[in-house]
Amino acid sequence: MAEGDLRVGIDVGGTNTDAVVLDASDRVIAKAKRPTSPDVTRGLRAALDAVLAELTPYGTDPAGSGPGAAHAVWSRITRVMLGTTHATNAILERRNLGRVAVLRLGAPATTSVPPLSDWPADLREVVSAGEAVVPGGHYVDGREIGPLDPDAVRRFLDGVAADAVAVTSVFSPANDEHERVVEELVRREYGLPVSVSHELGSLGLLERENATVLNAALYTVAGHVISALTTALAERGLPARPYLAQNDGTLMTVEHAARLPVSTIGSGPANSLRGAAFLSGVEDAIVADVGGTSTDLGVLVGGFPRESAAAVEIGGVLTNFRMPDILAIALGGGSVVRGHAVGPDSVGYRIAEEALVFGGGTLTLTDAAVAAGRLPPGASGWRERLEAAVTAADMSEDIRDTLQRALAVADELALDAVDRMALGRADRPLVAVGGGAFLLPARIPGVSRVVRPEHAEVANAVGAAIALASGRVDTIMPAGESRSKAIERVKEEAAARAVAAGADPSGVQIVDLLEVPLSYLSEPAVRVHVKAAGPLAR
Amino acid sequence: MKDIPALARGCAVLGTGGGGDVRTGALAAVRAIEAHGEVPLVRLADLPEDALIVPLSGIGAPTVSHEMIHGEDEPRRVAEEVERIFGRPPAAIMSSEIGGANGVAPVAWAAQLGLPLLDADGMGRAFPEVQMVSMYVAGLPADLVVMSDIVGNVVTIRPVDGLWSERLARAVCVAAGSHALMADYVLTAARARGAVIEGTVTRALEIGRATEGVAEPLAALQRRLGAARLITGKLTDVERRTTGGFVRGTATIEGTGDDRGRTLRLELQNENLVAVEDGEVRAMVPDLVTVVDTETAAAIQTEGLRYGQRVAVLAWPCDPLWRTPKGLETAGPRAFGYDLDYVPVEELVKEESRG
Repeated sequence: MAEGDLRVGIDVGGTNTDAVVLDASDRVIAKAKRPTSPDVTRGLRAALDAVLAELTPYGTDPAGSGPGAAHAVWSRITRVMLGTTHATNAILERRNLGRVAVLRLGAPATTSVPPLSDWPADLREVVSAGEAVVPGGHYVDGREIGPLDPDAVRRFLDGVAADAVAVTSVFSPANDEHERVVEELVRREYGLPVSVSHELGSLGLLERENATVLNAALYTVAGHVISALTTALAERGLPARPYLAQNDGTLMTVEHAARLPVSTIGSGPANSLRGAAFLSGVEDAIVADVGGTSTDLGVLVGGFPRESAAAVEIGGVLTNFRMPDILAIALGGGSVVRGHAVGPDSVGYRIAEEALVFGGGTLTLTDAAVAAGRLPPGASGWRERLEAAVTAADMSEDIRDTLQRALAVADELALDAVDRMALGRADRPLVAVGGGAFLLPARIPGVSRVVRPEHAEVANAVGAAIALASGRVDTIMPAGESRSKAIERVKEEAAARAVAAGADPSGVQIVDLLEVPLSYLSEPAVRVHVKAAGPLAR
Repeated sequence: MKDIPALARGCAVLGTGGGGDVRTGALAAVRAIEAHGEVPLVRLADLPEDALIVPLSGIGAPTVSHEMIHGEDEPRRVAEEVERIFGRPPAAIMSSEIGGANGVAPVAWAAQLGLPLLDADGMGRAFPEVQMVSMYVAGLPADLVVMSDIVGNVVTIRPVDGLWSERLARAVCVAAGSHALMADYVLTAARARGAVIEGTVTRALEIGRATEGVAEPLAALQRRLGAARLITGKLTDVERRTTGGFVRGTATIEGTGDDRGRTLRLELQNENLVAVEDGEVRAMVPDLVTVVDTETAAAIQTEGLRYGQRVAVLAWPCDPLWRTPKGLETAGPRAFGYDLDYVPVEELVKEESRG
């Protein structure tokens, strides 16, 4: 029996919930796929049970098999990493959201656009317990716009019934003092959870404020997820420490996630990109995650997802969240073929009954790929069933022709998407993951080669299992002589945040450092973004 | 003036890549109309000769204006100072710059003041410097600037000329945290004739509406603008550098479809200024050059240009005022450091189609 820790990675996707177990040398030793349940939690438990069941024989010598054997293996599971859509679903469906007192520090500045001005009315109705803009905040150079007025804060909070408070101060990424003071006041005098903007977003007041309010609204959901996960682990007698995956492909402890639940949004694509890097051993690549309904394309740079430069909309609300730069196209294994067109509609999870290769009566992209000899590893009987279905049909030549043309259309769509993500560089490989990885052609112009790694169908769960913990800082500093010292301080702060998220202090590294000069300022200034990441502490 | 989204889209197109993000201004406009009522749009001809027109614009660093958004009281303080100086209240607000954020935000300012908005502006597009306005080109004296900052300071400057106006206004702006509201060239309706570019608010609205709910937004936009399509293709390179407080750069677009094999290079300085193909200039400032998304026909700002985007580059003639000797001296290619003799875009595009 192999020694060492085991890790479980779970990823809740739109269609499936995937789970994997990795051993101490990062080998995938068990994997499972279950449908995602409407309440998310049931599918999560099912996938966890399925992967544990598959794990049981592993490392159990025949003589030792018995009621205790399973627990002997399970007891070696030290960590469980979860990437989940709970938070995304809560926002999209406007369910289980907390009521938030929205407080902005900056008056008399910013009053021409009050908080939540750009929110969809229904979401605002559900989330807002009231909004106020009170004195406080800072200038770009760190000076106070005006002194903080604690009584104005109290007057506002005395008049609202809220589950949580969101505090956003002007230029808090450059100076977070006022946010900290108000956070302390609210905790001490009102006992409410507080979401502060400098922990969440970068410059751009409205987008950062939106993220802060969404974060505060998600505290209840975060509590549910964390208790569902910890309960599931306790019920199964797993002594593992739980972690949640976040939007940049790194992990946070559940304590950290309870504070920053909005960071879990977008973890799915990030996990699949990180999983693709890990499984293929390629650090710079284009990744295509081919699912049943759609294909997500992203780019790996140094093993991490390339981040989107554009603002990200969540449930109709614009945020300045850093999310993987993803291009989604309506192309998947279940995409319906008709005439010479493919999709955008898909048979989705019903593919196992409806596609010709599975004995069904709907022409799908899977059928078109199989007809051209593209098959997933280990598929048996697919070609034969497809051949039988086509031969039996009245116009079998027409069907063959339709499938052939449909595949050409699909290839063209995929090629165009790859080209959009490639930015003119043709020297990187394409890593194809997801259940539909086999659908892509073996040669694609614009990439050096197509890699289909083993366990590609559960790359997202693998991505969760291998993730690091990270911290980031986004601030403004003078571009003068003091710059290099100031940058060192920012690096230390990012590293400290990574440790707070669960990283081992001795393994933390600066993985991203970005300096952008600012225009139209008298004193030269730069905006600095630093990200630190490291393996989880033991 | 309910049509703020259309106005914002039109102002973004007229921003020729610069002028700032229209989103915050649009939100402020919607909010101000809800709070204070609709803003009537008036034509210059409808105003009495002595009616006082206040051209307003926000000045400062874009990064700051996204964070330290305007306060609601700033326009009132500027208006009060104007009334104190002239002895009578303003009759209408005008946008100094229809392109970008300063095209939409004046709707909010007019609503907050309960004043009509003049259907005109000082540029017909976006420009980066204070003196690059039609009032300067028309020879009006740049002898008064009124500024208000977010905390309530009001500064009145009596500069000796347009260059000092720019220099002093910029200094005040920096002291105020790189963000302020400014009125310059406060003028009577009589003086405004021939010194402002008329009909530009209506034009921005029409441009914005042209792409609403149509099957081919790009063709509709091109028709509405009367623009030449310089190229349709893919952004293959964007290079940026910051010098002297301005972001300069070059964007390269490689043709696709019918334009395959062609390459257009755009010179950028906050705005799109010069378009070059095979060493030949195809369009240059002060004519308007805008990069739009091929599918939605939405304008893309210079800072939003990214590799791989599918774009079309449209170019169309500027207001005749900019083609006068003073206009070209103020905002022609040489004013931006390009050693080029100005040739109108109509002629450049015609030569191209002949060749």
